[in-house]
Amino acid sequence: MELSGGEILVQCLKDEGVDFLFGYPGGAVLHIYDALYNQEDVKHILVRHEQAATHAADGYARATGKPGVVLVTSGPGATNAVTGIATAYMDSIPMVVITGQVATANIGSDAFQEVDAVGITRPCVKHNFLVKDINDLAETVKKAFYVATTGRPGPVVVDVPKDITDPNIKIPYHYPESVQMRSYQPTLKGHSGQIKRAVELLLSAKKPMIYTGGGVVLGKGSEELRKFVRKLGYPITSTLMGLGAYPSSDQLFLGMLGMHGTYEANMAMHDCDVLIAIGARFDDRVTGKIAEFCPDAKIIHIDIDPSSISKTITVDVPIVGSVPDVLQEMNGLLESSKKSPDKKAIDAWWAEINGWRGMKCLSYDRNSDKIKPQMVVEMIHEITKGQAYVTSDVGQHQMWAAQYYGFDEPNRWINSGGLGTMGFGLPAAMGVQFAFPEDTVICVTGEGSIQMCIQELSTCLQYGLPVKIVALNNRYLGMVRQWQEFFYENRYSHSYMESLPDFVKLTESYGHVGIRIEKPEDLRKELERGFAMKDRLVFFDIVTDQTENVYPMIAQGKAHNDMHMSPYCEPPQDPERELS
Amino acid sequence: MRHIISILIENEAGALSRVAGLFSARGYNIESLTVAPTEDPTLSRMTIVTSGTERIIEQITKQLNKLVDVVKLLDLTEGPHIEREMMLIKVKASSMAQREDVKRLADIFRGHIIDVTTSTYTIELTGACAKLDSFIDALAEHKIIETVRSGVTGIARGEKSLHL
Ligand SMILES: Cc1cc2nc3c(=O)[nH]c(=O)nc-3n(C[C@H](O)[C@H](O)[C@H](O)COP(=O)(O)OP(=O)(O)OC[C@H]3O[C@@H](n4cnc5c(N)ncnc54)[C@H](O)[C@@H]3O)c2cc1C
Ligand SMILES: Cc1ncc(C[n+]2csc(CCOP(=O)(O)OP(=O)(O)O)c2C)c(N)n1
Ligand SMILES: [Mg+2]
Repeated sequence: MELSGGEILVQCLKDEGVDFLFGYPGGAVLHIYDALYNQEDVKHILVRHEQAATHAADGYARATGKPGVVLVTSGPGATNAVTGIATAYMDSIPMVVITGQVATANIGSDAFQEVDAVGITRPCVKHNFLVKDINDLAETVKKAFYVATTGRPGPVVVDVPKDITDPNIKIPYHYPESVQMRSYQPTLKGHSGQIKRAVELLLSAKKPMIYTGGGVVLGKGSEELRKFVRKLGYPITSTLMGLGAYPSSDQLFLGMLGMHGTYEANMAMHDCDVLIAIGARFDDRVTGKIAEFCPDAKIIHIDIDPSSISKTITVDVPIVGSVPDVLQEMNGLLESSKKSPDKKAIDAWWAEINGWRGMKCLSYDRNSDKIKPQMVVEMIHEITKGQAYVTSDVGQHQMWAAQYYGFDEPNRWINSGGLGTMGFGLPAAMGVQFAFPEDTVICVTGEGSIQMCIQELSTCLQYGLPVKIVALNNRYLGMVRQWQEFFYENRYSHSYMESLPDFVKLTESYGHVGIRIEKPEDLRKELERGFAMKDRLVFFDIVTDQTENVYPMIAQGKAHNDMHMSPYCEPPQDPERELS
Repeated sequence: MRHIISILIENEAGALSRVAGLFSARGYNIESLTVAPTEDPTLSRMTIVTSGTERIIEQITKQLNKLVDVVKLLDLTEGPHIEREMMLIKVKASSMAQREDVKRLADIFRGHIIDVTTSTYTIELTGACAKLDSFIDALAEHKIIETVRSGVTGIARGEKSLHL
């Protein structure tokens, strides 16, 4: 079979099993678009902005565990995609981004729509390639998928000059079954000696703590994790990125940890004597003040990326490997071990933790005459029975979605944690909805964030995506306002959102349904009405309490036991602990 | 502490910028960097001289290993090794006294005078970085017109080696 470069690219995607390609055409990729015409295996989704193409592919990847695939043109197409590439990079999301490039002979001549895509994306990709010879094309695409999806996943860019896809130059096509790269060999299985040491340490703990992260979701390790935790009966917390890997409705789960983590999770971190970190990277939003992080704990760390280990916090038992592989081995050892957890000590530890739980740190004013954002999230949980896919943008609404939705399954909570990209939510929800057309997909957003990719309402109309947009409209860049209230003496410098559009009319003009909700008494009824419209995109513009803050909050650089608490929570049971 | 890190990297366009970009993006020190192909033309060997605390050096080696193009890495300073750098240095040498003194110093340091004019000597000197520094110090009385240094290269002593 002789194919042109454009045809080879499309055929590679078919052979790779790609079902959706999120993209936007332009001069440098016209040959490829021509090869996409008249075929139906790879469905091309036309977005309205290249940033949205990358976020949609990213949302698809987070929900399915399969790589997201993007096609954009050279120059502005590539630069528009950069925010989405960086977003995926920071959260280790597998993605292959094909960027068009000017013809090989014109590279370096400041040609029309030329940018150095490989140079611009280098710091925010796992790897990138420039294809200089059509004979390398198929193998390069294979390598791109291989690198993106193995080891610690991440986005890979393949820059393809226009002459490589010339319809008049054809070569025999062969897509390699597999690739070997002498320079890239990720480790999956952990060191058995270290795993043994870790299990012994865990069984000797008096105040153990399990801290899990996005690596459990990325590595598909949720099942082994559940076995592991239940076998031990130890308390478990998760980062923002790991929510759902362990069911949040389970008694052993203490809620999220970190800056906006629960009181009990953060206190338990501070006081534990053995900590096991599983697929988590000790981010500064999680550790707080490094010098006071888990001061009394011996630390075990399972991570597939050696450079995540002892990067910010020095650990005692490092284990390089993939979560399910390592946990499976640990579960086997726990099964066969003659030792078991120190029941007396663990019971006492739980008594202490339950004391902290007694503070009910996520309490808020349930009798307010304004709509409380927390209540909205609790209500959408009820209405969707906790089964929805929830994407979010960035800000207070993101934290409330994380704290109050209560995820019981992995891959359901989809948000930008590492880069914190406003504008992520709606396009990501599109990607999820394409993957799961029958499921409820919700985008929890703010009136600030939604305006960063609002044009995608048009894409949603074109493809009939019934996403439910829940906009917690506080007329503020709320997260910015909160920091200004706490740390800048209420100087609300440019955090107020003036001249907002009428979101209902705006949504309607895009051909969808808009519902504005202003009073608490209308909330349930209107939400139920909108969620009942299974086939329609509904934009809920919900006017929420402008002054609400996200609690608890550890100020940047403070220790875990130093939290701002909601005025509505119960008094501390341990009077020695001062609350700020 | 000063470390000499050797890496074997795929000899591909952009490989050097990946390494240089890593150092600048993460704020690591870079004292010198040399790179050239090896006997296997698909591989380049890079020698990087850097400094930092043990924790930073550990991160540097991990981050370098993480680059998809890096095939192998060896921190030479972890074992016995040989370090070499080459310097070409042009010194003013017009009077008889100057010419004799510069010649004498070059001999002491086992350098070679490789170019001569009526008013200058150009000396070639090879050795560890510190030896080249000392030679420059020794020339304090003289006028140095130009120096050029290759950057450090190195190799492990004995059986140990960095190869595929
Ligand atoms: C407004 C805002 C507030 C935030 N507040 C908080 C907060 O209060 N609490 C919080 O937790 N976060 C918070 N974050 C998110 C935070 O910035 C980080 O993104 C997050 O903490 C990182 O999560 P993680 O440690 O699980 O790492 P991830 O970024 O999910 O990284 C995953 C880790 O797992 C490893 N890994 C990947 N695959 C595997 C595998 N198969 N096996 C083993 N290891 C693997 C990777 O190498 C990596 O080290 C906030 C973000 C924003 C925008
Ligand atoms: C692209 C981008 N620009 C700026 C920021 C900084 N930022 C973080 S949260 C936030 C406010 C978000 O406002 P909104 O979407 O209304 O959400 P709220 O906090 O009010 O719930 C801003 C500006 C960001 N995260 N992303
Ligand atoms: Mg807002």
